[in-house]
Amino acid sequence: MSGPLSGNEAVAYAMKQINPDVMGAFPITPSTEIPEYFAQFVADGEVNTEYVVVESEHSSMSVCIAAQAAGARAVCATSSCGLALMYELLYVAASSRLPITLACVNRALSGPININHDYSDSMGARDSGWIQIYAENNQEAYDNFIMAMPIGETPEIRLPVMACMDGFITSHAVENIDLLETDVVREFVGEYDPEHYLLKKENPLAVGPYDLSPFYMEHKVLEAEAMKAAKARILEVAAEFEKISGRHYGLFEEYRMEDAELALVLMGSTAGTAKAAVDKLREDGVKAGLIKVRVFRPFPGEELARALAATKAVAVMDKSEGFSANGGPLFAETRSALYDLKNRPYLIDIVYGLGGRDITVQGFETIFARLAQITATGETGPVYVHMGQRSKED
Amino acid sequence: MIHAKDINERTPWQELTPGGEIYEPGTARLFNTGTWRTDTPVFHEEACKHCMLCIPFCPDSAIPVKDGKRLDFDYMHCKGCGICKEVCPFPAITMVSGGEAR
Repeated sequence: MSGPLSGNEAVAYAMKQINPDVMGAFPITPSTEIPEYFAQFVADGEVNTEYVVVESEHSSMSVCIAAQAAGARAVCATSSCGLALMYELLYVAASSRLPITLACVNRALSGPININHDYSDSMGARDSGWIQIYAENNQEAYDNFIMAMPIGETPEIRLPVMACMDGFITSHAVENIDLLETDVVREFVGEYDPEHYLLKKENPLAVGPYDLSPFYMEHKVLEAEAMKAAKARILEVAAEFEKISGRHYGLFEEYRMEDAELALVLMGSTAGTAKAAVDKLREDGVKAGLIKVRVFRPFPGEELARALAATKAVAVMDKSEGFSANGGPLFAETRSALYDLKNRPYLIDIVYGLGGRDITVQGFETIFARLAQITATGETGPVYVHMGQRSKED
Repeated sequence: MIHAKDINERTPWQELTPGGEIYEPGTARLFNTGTWRTDTPVFHEEACKHCMLCIPFCPDSAIPVKDGKRLDFDYMHCKGCGICKEVCPFPAITMVSGGEAR
């Protein structure tokens, strides 16, 4: 089965196939269409989901937390400031170990007000204890959402999952994608069957207790261990998913990395443009390649270090600022991951595309030219730069 | 499955429950919050008509009832808010300064 679907439609369709017990629903651009399409499925009787309309994202995530704690499978969708309004609850969901699934349609945070794509929303939530998986295109958005529950609901993991896609670029562009049969999806995702839940009459459950210093740290260690264990589970689920879909997924995608000397590390739909640039440079004999990070939490540090070990110079592409004054979040993770390598490549950070600013194939050619220059001279130059902004120096 | 009574400050992280969830009800009984008091209610049994008005007003269920009669305060959980004293129609409850049970 295949069809032309926007990213939002694809995720709403995945939700319909899964038929979750509860959806906490509140709209925000560009994820609005997800609860909108899903409301139609509810109205048409195609799912038997309890569709809970609320007054804010703080409440939609609260609904999901309560429902998941009660023993139900809860889903949610949001973007940008909506995710920011959820921050408090994101931590509650993760630390209460409730495997909620959230479709995050990435969009810049205010202000100034901007509705277009970058990762400032979900990067702000990167330390909240959620698993974060990013899609390059509509197909991946659909596939990642279906894989989310078998990952998060694993008893040893029990962490919520944020399935992210790029606002407008992916959420609103229509692509022809392969869809799985609904019975195949239902069998793959299975029933949510937690050992303990609020409505279990044999042993009623208390969730979210007051947790002072004699216990809080132990619970955080448990949570950290679960996040570490998630890496292997993500790969296991990907392998199972490949059997039903024929599509292969890893923690990241390596594109023409076999003998690459100059490489990019990036995320999301930017990979499409960057792959075109890599192909063009390969034709000219440049040993270019790229790594598209799919799983940002847990961060595949050791794996990424191995994949970049033979490169000479790497540009990390950050599509969110971070304001650390020391580079963006993807750069911080990547540079930290490479520290343990005996022979580290030169590494620079390029912050680009903020608030939906475009990047082109030519833009990537310029970046690769700079990497070649760094390799030739051994001089890194400025390590942390912005790209695509107008400047007096242009 | 570990019970709340078996969890203490020596329990290693491997034996604690995910998210600190508790698999049984009523475990607040095990947790002494009476030490938070700065004022303390005193029960004068001789003046009490057992009208039971104080019971539902107590935010902490710190007034035990047995056979239709209220008993002395549960000082392990009473926070000393004084609501019981305010709602008592009789001189059966007075507040004294300090956290110690009298």
